[in-house]
Amino acid sequence: MLQVQNLTLEIEGNRILDDIDLNLDRKKLYVITGPNGSGKSSLAKAIMGMYKPTAGSIIFEDQDITDFNITERANLKIGYAFQQPPRFKGITVEELLELSAKNEGQKDIEICDLLLDVGLCAQDYLHRQVDGSLSGGELKRIELATVLARRLKLAIFDEPEAGIDLWSFQKLAETFDMIHEKYDTTIVIISHQERILKLADEVIVMREGTIAEHTTQDKFLSKIARDADCRCRQGCEKGALYDEVECYR
Amino acid sequence: MKLNVIDRQILDKVADLHSVPQGAYNIRRDGEALGRHSTANIDIVPKKDKPGIDIFIKPYTKGESVHIPVILSKAGMEDTVYNTFHIGEGSDVYIVAGCGIHNPGNRRSQHDGIHDFYVGKGAKVKYVERHYGQGEGTGERILNPTTYIEVEEGGVVELEMVQIRGVDDTKRNTKVKLHKDAKLIVTERLLTDREQEAHSIIDVELIGEDSSAQIISRSVAKDNSKQVFNLNLIGLNRCRGHIQCDSIIMDNAHVSSIPEITARHSDAQLVHEAAIGKIASEQILKLETLGFTEEQAEEIILEGFLK
Repeated sequence: MLQVQNLTLEIEGNRILDDIDLNLDRKKLYVITGPNGSGKSSLAKAIMGMYKPTAGSIIFEDQDITDFNITERANLKIGYAFQQPPRFKGITVEELLELSAKNEGQKDIEICDLLLDVGLCAQDYLHRQVDGSLSGGELKRIELATVLARRLKLAIFDEPEAGIDLWSFQKLAETFDMIHEKYDTTIVIISHQERILKLADEVIVMREGTIAEHTTQDKFLSKIARDADCRCRQGCEKGALYDEVECYR
Repeated sequence: MKLNVIDRQILDKVADLHSVPQGAYNIRRDGEALGRHSTANIDIVPKKDKPGIDIFIKPYTKGESVHIPVILSKAGMEDTVYNTFHIGEGSDVYIVAGCGIHNPGNRRSQHDGIHDFYVGKGAKVKYVERHYGQGEGTGERILNPTTYIEVEEGGVVELEMVQIRGVDDTKRNTKVKLHKDAKLIVTERLLTDREQEAHSIIDVELIGEDSSAQIISRSVAKDNSKQVFNLNLIGLNRCRGHIQCDSIIMDNAHVSSIPEITARHSDAQLVHEAAIGKIASEQILKLETLGFTEEQAEEIILEGFLK
């Protein structure tokens, strides 16, 4: 359903994404992982239209959307959950979620259920403003709910686990699993978390702006297990520096 | 009382009224009383020495409302009005003022509303003042409200002052004296565009022990408009005060935010916060990812901010 072809992105002379080719199928759950700075978020943002690629194209459901702006892509039912969501003074959680569902033609969204899915008690949050009074974790969960409120064909989540406590994280993993089961949405999650990786149909490993590996969950997790056994994890720099060392931290 | 289309439009904008209000009211149009109604507990009496009315609210009047909207619908109208509110001890009332100018011509229309409030012991007042201008003429629409409020022991006053569109020039002067345990909450919302100018001065004296004041001002300045805020708290006793002044600036607008706090008592706790900035690009991006255009996103952000 989505083809990324020879995608290159340069920002101020730095090559952030380097000739990326990627095919995503309908209803599959993909996890993109890799070290910080490897281009994971940039790839997600390029798919959403937040970065304009220097070269290459993006095809969504047989339509070339390379020149489409963010709004046009959103209306094709592509969505993106921000890693660091913005705050909105004066807008309540309820209003933001209603705005999120507005362009979907959904009349009665179950706002309470949405909040519950991201581990928040609806009663406590509906009328709170999405401003500085919310903690980073609370804001992050509301951000996820704004994406869950839409019935998307392609939903991209940028490090959903960041800022979320372990208890809620379990709930979140279940929510991803539920969407994956229930809807036809293709899900892309940028994550470092093993629990999220376990949900994946396929794992995409990025390194230095390229896709280093596109593999199945089983194959990837078996390598992670080896990594966990490594007794030299603390303070190890080799994994990050030398390509010949296969290390996925 | 007969209301025409323009009257209805303006009443809707400034007082959320679609017809003659319930309870006590006084509707003033083009310098004359269009309709007036007193109730058993709220008496509205015209002043004898100058234009305006006295509003007497009996002690312990609860859950009643007073609407005193002003409509200016002719070009070249200059109207000054003096209204005095005597709010009885222990009462709990809702007062909606507000002025709408429809200026169809090229001469200026101006309304200066001078309001005095005497709020009795333990009384609670919510006062809403909305200002609005419309009309196809080039004549300026000017509104200069002056509000004096004195709050006796334990009284609570909530002021909501809103000016969203169409007023070319406004100078708003609000002075408040708070006695023992009195509490003030001010919410100010202001939007200016084109060449409009707005100046808001709020001076609050915290005179009595344990009095408190909170001023939350939010504004949006677009195009070539100019805004100045002088928000001033003076603590003369053990008291608490907080000023929060937040502005979104766009285009070529100018905004000056000058909060001032003065303490003349060592147990006065006063805080001011002021911020001016443009709409964060991340906010626009987020709303675009939900399917809104850039213009729609901007509208949503401003509407929420000024709500």
